[in-house]
Amino acid sequence: MLDAIIAHYNYWLVIFLMMIGLYIVISRGNLVKKIVGLNIFQTSVFLLYITLGKVNGGTAPILTDKPETFSNPLPHVLILTAIVVGVATTALGFALVVRIRESYGSIEEDDILATERAEDEIAVNEALS
Amino acid sequence: MTGAGMITIVDIALLTMLCFTAIAIMVLRHLFAVAALTGAFSLLSAGLLVALDAVDVAFTEAAVGAGISTVLMLGTLALTQRREHRPPRFSLTALLVVIATGGALIYATSDMPAYGDPNAPALKHVVPFYIEGSQNDIGVPNIVTSILASYRGYDTLGEVAVIFTAGIGVMFLLGLRREDEDDEGATRRGPGRPPDAPKPGGTKS
Repeated sequence: MLDAIIAHYNYWLVIFLMMIGLYIVISRGNLVKKIVGLNIFQTSVFLLYITLGKVNGGTAPILTDKPETFSNPLPHVLILTAIVVGVATTALGFALVVRIRESYGSIEEDDILATERAEDEIAVNEALS
Repeated sequence: MTGAGMITIVDIALLTMLCFTAIAIMVLRHLFAVAALTGAFSLLSAGLLVALDAVDVAFTEAAVGAGISTVLMLGTLALTQRREHRPPRFSLTALLVVIATGGALIYATSDMPAYGDPNAPALKHVVPFYIEGSQNDIGVPNIVTSILASYRGYDTLGEVAVIFTAGIGVMFLLGLRREDEDDEGATRRGPGRPPDAPKPGGTKS
């Protein structure tokens, strides 16, 4: 029983982290907080992949003179790429947040939607009159 | 205690700390504290990655995740606001979606190979080819480097293209706009914009 728990404990906690990230993205109205949630989700996906590559008794995949067991290097490569792409998308997201704040004066979803609605009403009234 | 058992304990301790950090990030409303905790989150995950033998990834995560991301976030906070204004809403829909997704994922883990299983299918396909070939084909002792830069070099080239695109996007959103503003500043949308709205620039470090 304990073995079964240890065998999957990593996966479960990583999934728990993922779900916290997802919950932040869905439930929080602040745009910066949403991006932080996305980052948490992203990091836990990285951890999931690296967990899959771990081999018991293995070492980091760097060749030495003596024969050794290595952990799977392929997920490492994949995640190296993903981390760098992730920071690029984060930068883009933050740039959008700054831009939204300039146009709407707020980074709270509710305020932005309210401004949008008010502007729509003004536009409709102008068209009618 | 064996080495593997020791590592498992380190692993579980770090993961548990990560979970508490994430919960704190969710609960806190002061965005400055959230930025600090995001840095701590990245640092903890970098430590976990070392325990999982992914030293290269840990290095990148510590530099990029804990470093650049935090700087970007602090820059954004400086240009926008430091607090969440609205009190956190409890969202039942969000909770249900999250529980359903999490339940499905946890159900799926029963099919996954056990943690650290040396006979996992992922280790049996192309991985031996890379591990054995690295020294002769590429001549680099670090297998991750030889896959990243040589075997799968085109992927890395594609990654550069993605970063370039994101860089152009950030530039158009923040940088180039300032010149347009001088020409057609009058046509910008008026309502909702505070008179002291911060000017762009300085976000991208």
